[in-house]
Amino acid sequence: MSRSALLVLADGRFPAGGHAHSGGAEPAVRAGRIKDAADLERFCRGRLHTTGLTAAALAAAAALGHDPAALDAAADARTPSPALRAAARRLGRQLMRAARTAWPAAELDALAEAFPRGAHQPVVLGTAARAAGLGPEDAAHCAAYETVSGPATAAVRLLGLDPFQATAVLARLAPDTDDVAARATAAARRGVDALPAASAPLLDITAEQHAAWPVRLFAS
Amino acid sequence: MHLGHPHDHAAPAVSADATRPDGSRRALRIGLGGPVGSGKTATVAALCRALRDRLSLAVVTNDIYTREDAEFLLRHAVLPPERIAAVETGACPHTAIRDDISANLEAVEDLEEAVGPLDLILVESGGDNLTATFSRGLVDAQVFVIDVAGGDDIPRKGGPGVTTADLLVVNKTDLAPYVGSDLDRMARDAREQRGDLPVVFTSLTGEDGVAPVADWVRERLAAWTSAGAA
Ligand SMILES: Nc1nc2c(ncn2[C@@H]2O[C@H](COP(=O)(O)OP(=O)(O)OP(=O)(O)O)[C@@H](O)[C@H]2O)c(=O)[nH]1
Ligand SMILES: [Mg+2]
Repeated sequence: MSRSALLVLADGRFPAGGHAHSGGAEPAVRAGRIKDAADLERFCRGRLHTTGLTAAALAAAAALGHDPAALDAAADARTPSPALRAAARRLGRQLMRAARTAWPAAELDALAEAFPRGAHQPVVLGTAARAAGLGPEDAAHCAAYETVSGPATAAVRLLGLDPFQATAVLARLAPDTDDVAARATAAARRGVDALPAASAPLLDITAEQHAAWPVRLFAS
Repeated sequence: MHLGHPHDHAAPAVSADATRPDGSRRALRIGLGGPVGSGKTATVAALCRALRDRLSLAVVTNDIYTREDAEFLLRHAVLPPERIAAVETGACPHTAIRDDISANLEAVEDLEEAVGPLDLILVESGGDNLTATFSRGLVDAQVFVIDVAGGDDIPRKGGPGVTTADLLVVNKTDLAPYVGSDLDRMARDAREQRGDLPVVFTSLTGEDGVAPVADWVRERLAAWTSAGAA
């Protein structure tokens, strides 16, 4: 594996559309559930161990070379909210463009062709990791980290939260992030049927509500 | 991304490609940026009215937190609704047009797929500061719209929008007498900052006020089309 390729893929500036999504932070801020860095940490920890674990396992499975169509169906089954399904596919399509330019590969072309409207983002992420010469642990780390870095960045914009505090939250979550990535990878090695299906019902519900807001800063 | 085309299989998705996967030339894309309220949407609307009879057009708006620009264009029926798309920018309009253009690229490509072939796609940025510019991976040319009421020292202050845009529009000249803006000084300062790059002064309240911008767009389009034929 190339550690530098991992840095490129995990970089928050990787141009794959993520900056327009809050990972559920926008409705949580509006509802008063995130007011400061401590709230943000609790929010992110909950997200990491639920949808984060599920996404990381899907990404690891794709990086292992499991059938992406089966993984996409597995992702659909684990994403009850239509708004979040749509967001995941849109982000998958956007990641696909950046990944194909960065690491041209027949597997990415084939996935793009099979899902012209976008496959679920973690599936594309795992396939991109493979194309970049990375392994399942790397893909799982990327996916797990994204599930918390997105809300942290969004909270800085939404609350004017001190950016040092927000980054310190991510640093404090690092052991949990490693742990989630390890569990996700272990599950992915056992096969598609062993993938975790952890979810956070409140994130699903607020995502549906958020999608209907007439005025919002983030796409999801 | 037109990935459904079988012959697209080997082609990487390069955003700046001038051709569509089927080999036809894609639409010319022109970005409009500039500070809040300078008249970007008014310019887009006027351009649509001036050009829509002869050209196949579409518009992408990048509102900061609402769909107001898209809704304004819909309400005034400058184009049919299927030709207008709104992109959400996560509170960072300059990111969506410069650093991470994926959502905007999708919007222009989806429009071209749904209602194309198109001659021209206008991409309006969310009102931002003087440093916001469009990526060359998203647009072929960009217009920076400022107005006389924002202060007649804006051309002197410069910044990437004022100095590097392919066209600088100084709008709302009808207001100059009321806000005490010196148009000659603005023209002089702009020339100093921009060298040979063009500057036009507009008042969209007047009859055919958008004409200087529309003329420039027609020139760009002629150049784009002849480059494709060559
Ligand atoms: N007097 C005068 N008013 C104008 C002119 N052009 C636009 N306006 C008005 O200026 C206001 C802002 O115009 P918009 O076109 O919405 O400006 P914008 O740059 O799109 O604004 P944002 O998208 O919010 O950044 C509106 O009330 C327009 O009617 C002009 O030439 N003269
Ligand atoms: Mg506008």
